[in-house]
Amino acid sequence: MHEPVSVDVEKVTLSFGNNKVLDGINVTVKPGEFFALLGPSGCGKSTLLRLIAGFNRAQSGRVRVAGEDISDMPPWKRNVGMVFQSYALWPHMSVAQNVAFGLEEKHLPREAVRRGVAKALELVGLTELAARKPGQISGGQQQRVALARTLAIEPRVLLLDEPLSNLDAQLRHHMRRELVALQRRLGITTIFVTHDQEEALTTADRMAVMDKGVIQQIGTPVELFDTPVSRFVAEFIGSVNILRGSIVGGAGGDARFSSSAGEFGVPAGEENHSSGEISVAFRPHALLIARQDADRDPLRAWLSAKVTEREFLGEFVRYRLQAGDTELLADIPHRHGDEGFANGASVMAGIDPAQMRIFTG
Amino acid sequence: MNSRVTLAQVAVGLAIAAFLVVFLIAPVLTVIYVAFADGAGGFTLSHFISFFQITLMRESFLNSLYVGGMTVLVTSLIGVPLAYFTVRFRFRGAAIIQTLGVLPLIMPAFVGASAMQLLFGRSGSVNLILMDAFNVSIPLMDGLNGVIFVESLHYFPFILLNLSVALANIDTAMEEAAQNLGASGWRLFRRVVFPLALPGYIAGASLVFIKVFDDLGTPLILNVTNMLAPQAYLRVTSIGIDDPIGYVICVLLVLFSVAAMAGSSWFLKGRDFATLQRGGAAGLRRQLTPWQSVIAYSLVVFLLLLVLSPHIGLLLLSLSKVWSYSVLPDDYTLANYATILNDSTRMMVNTVIYCGGAALLDVILGTAIAYLVLRTRLPGRQWLDHMSTVALAMPGVVLGIGYLRSFRDVELPFGMGPLLGSSLIFILAYSVRRLPYALRSCNAALAQVHLSMEEAAQNLGASRGRTIMRVVVPMMMGGMLAGFVTSFITAAGEISETILLTSRESLAPMSYGVYLYMQSIAGRGPGAALGVLAVILVGLGTYLSNRLVVARQAAMERR
Repeated sequence: MHEPVSVDVEKVTLSFGNNKVLDGINVTVKPGEFFALLGPSGCGKSTLLRLIAGFNRAQSGRVRVAGEDISDMPPWKRNVGMVFQSYALWPHMSVAQNVAFGLEEKHLPREAVRRGVAKALELVGLTELAARKPGQISGGQQQRVALARTLAIEPRVLLLDEPLSNLDAQLRHHMRRELVALQRRLGITTIFVTHDQEEALTTADRMAVMDKGVIQQIGTPVELFDTPVSRFVAEFIGSVNILRGSIVGGAGGDARFSSSAGEFGVPAGEENHSSGEISVAFRPHALLIARQDADRDPLRAWLSAKVTEREFLGEFVRYRLQAGDTELLADIPHRHGDEGFANGASVMAGIDPAQMRIFTG
Repeated sequence: MNSRVTLAQVAVGLAIAAFLVVFLIAPVLTVIYVAFADGAGGFTLSHFISFFQITLMRESFLNSLYVGGMTVLVTSLIGVPLAYFTVRFRFRGAAIIQTLGVLPLIMPAFVGASAMQLLFGRSGSVNLILMDAFNVSIPLMDGLNGVIFVESLHYFPFILLNLSVALANIDTAMEEAAQNLGASGWRLFRRVVFPLALPGYIAGASLVFIKVFDDLGTPLILNVTNMLAPQAYLRVTSIGIDDPIGYVICVLLVLFSVAAMAGSSWFLKGRDFATLQRGGAAGLRRQLTPWQSVIAYSLVVFLLLLVLSPHIGLLLLSLSKVWSYSVLPDDYTLANYATILNDSTRMMVNTVIYCGGAALLDVILGTAIAYLVLRTRLPGRQWLDHMSTVALAMPGVVLGIGYLRSFRDVELPFGMGPLLGSSLIFILAYSVRRLPYALRSCNAALAQVHLSMEEAAQNLGASRGRTIMRVVVPMMMGGMLAGFVTSFITAAGEISETILLTSRESLAPMSYGVYLYMQSIAGRGPGAALGVLAVILVGLGTYLSNRLVVARQAAMERR
């Protein structure tokens, strides 16, 4: 295998007709990194991946691999391996012939091709299926063959386009762990496209969230979950409660936020100066629920609310609360023997100010 | 589905079965029987042995194989690049090529054959120019070459169309995966694209082989008689209907037809060519580089000129007063058309009667078979389908000879004379061989009528018969019309059965007229004019019925 290489996408813009699919994309993927591109369908993430593979051409901007500009290189010269969402296994070739293809295109001697095929199939544990046709093996096995076929050419970069989306749930979890283990072992720089936030959070070293052809945020999974920079990112990754309202009175340090659910002090921040509507976002687990007459932690912001629904999920209870005209989710850890709050109960919901994010609009 | 089998269903089923047995199965079996019969009720191979002892027969056999094989090769050389360029690359005119590709099928091969002689023959336009400029000539139209050339220009659309569909269905990811692994250009085509499109190619190629192997009209017009189909015709017409060698040839024709069809389906069976996979997108087109554009466009223009040459030639011929030993006609006239309109109205009327009758019969039979197969539990209903499909593999020459032999003594009732001397025999012969295509249209049309539509009608008090008349048939009308047009057009261009069955001139349809006129130098002009009229008639019919189908479809959706 090669030394791990970096991938740099610089100021890439791409339109299909009048439709801007990628708009000023800047991404740097570090050598050996497992990098996820996450976003809703149509956000441009697959287009970006295909751009790196050479199947799309940017109107402006460059793509570099290991510092070398490959923007004008045809796909077959890039040595950037891609695993397709549909696997794209050729039905007229056996598993072994599929895997051998790329090595033969490099005009390697027969013996080297044979060794390369054996090595790649062993890597994915499919040595005994070499003679089968793609139509004769299961979906999970097809996926491994597609992976082996790509890894056989020892690409500098591995691109995965929704590689797990065609597998059933159980197999998906299994393959996910296997993929990560394989990537760690090979140390190959890997870019992985997915619309499934759980997939991205569990696998990626770092990830980029995309929407409407624009990168919204880049960071580690923890950074993106804990400190999303926009409502879109907050809502796309994990569950989130949003309170809409405006800043009233005070300035800077002791700004107060007012909404139909109630009024409370918010941490100082840029957004507090805005006179228009703002959103306060926090995760369901940043909420505490207390009886209305109980002693309450004065550091939290408390809202009066009513329990409208409860789901007991074992480790925790998910409450649906009505506070003003806003519906809130609260995930409360379950303690042995605790019956929690009943449907219809009037309660107080306390938000941890340290876990609040404030967005304009 | 109502599972009760009614008396009416049984009656209709039996009637269709009887029709197919009498007018398709029996004539074919008769031909095969005669080829193996020793005249005293016993089995013999002696006719086959004497066939192979005759030098001319051995030569004809090899020639037919050679012409079939070479035509497949030439049609591939034309059809494969055209299909690949139009489907895979973005360049202007792709739609024109796909449409013009169908054009040769509107005009039967033999009609353009004489015109091709004038354009490409020894003393034809092209060779005259070449002789003048370089003192060379190309023997394109000499003997078997001429048959191969004419048939290739006529049948390459079978490869173009089948392959185009197959190519368009390939998931682009299949190609991109190959590019991603380092393949490009010719290697990409040879290793991934073509193998994936192979089913379409094989289907087209086997069809081309069968059609050429069985063709009678083109070799006869080009005066090539040392091939199987012409020999069968000559033996039966010159030596007599009892000469066994003609029947041996028929058996060989059937054998090769069946073998080519079975071979192609065997070849494709068990192969997983389901190429359009989940998450895949088809039909992305690549940009040509400037150099590739130049090559592609010149190739396409050259091929199109070639493909249209029979049509251009025919038009010129029909307008020419004199055309020999010159690049273009020496003088132009409309007299040929006047001659035809005076002399050949009978032929036009005959064509309309024969082909209209055959097409009507096909649609009625097709609808009835489709209904029995898809909508009833009549025992043995699948056999109606299977039996009519037999016609696909039956060369016109074989069925024609089978008819001549089987019905030679059959008299029509009410003193209407012998069956073989009537219009009816043409209608029967034309309809039987086109039934599989009409049936396919009717099947597709009926499959689109949801069963609940019928059940709704019955729920509201319509009997089964009333339901068919008021709901099923009106909804199937588009498909039935399509079937009618296909049958009509192909019957109008039919020549093998026509030559055999035309026992006197008053019975001749237009196709026979063209064949007859083209036999003499003086008749070429009027023959070409008749051919042009036939092409216009067929083209106009196709266009109008297409319009009608589209309009009906639109009206149906508006409701």
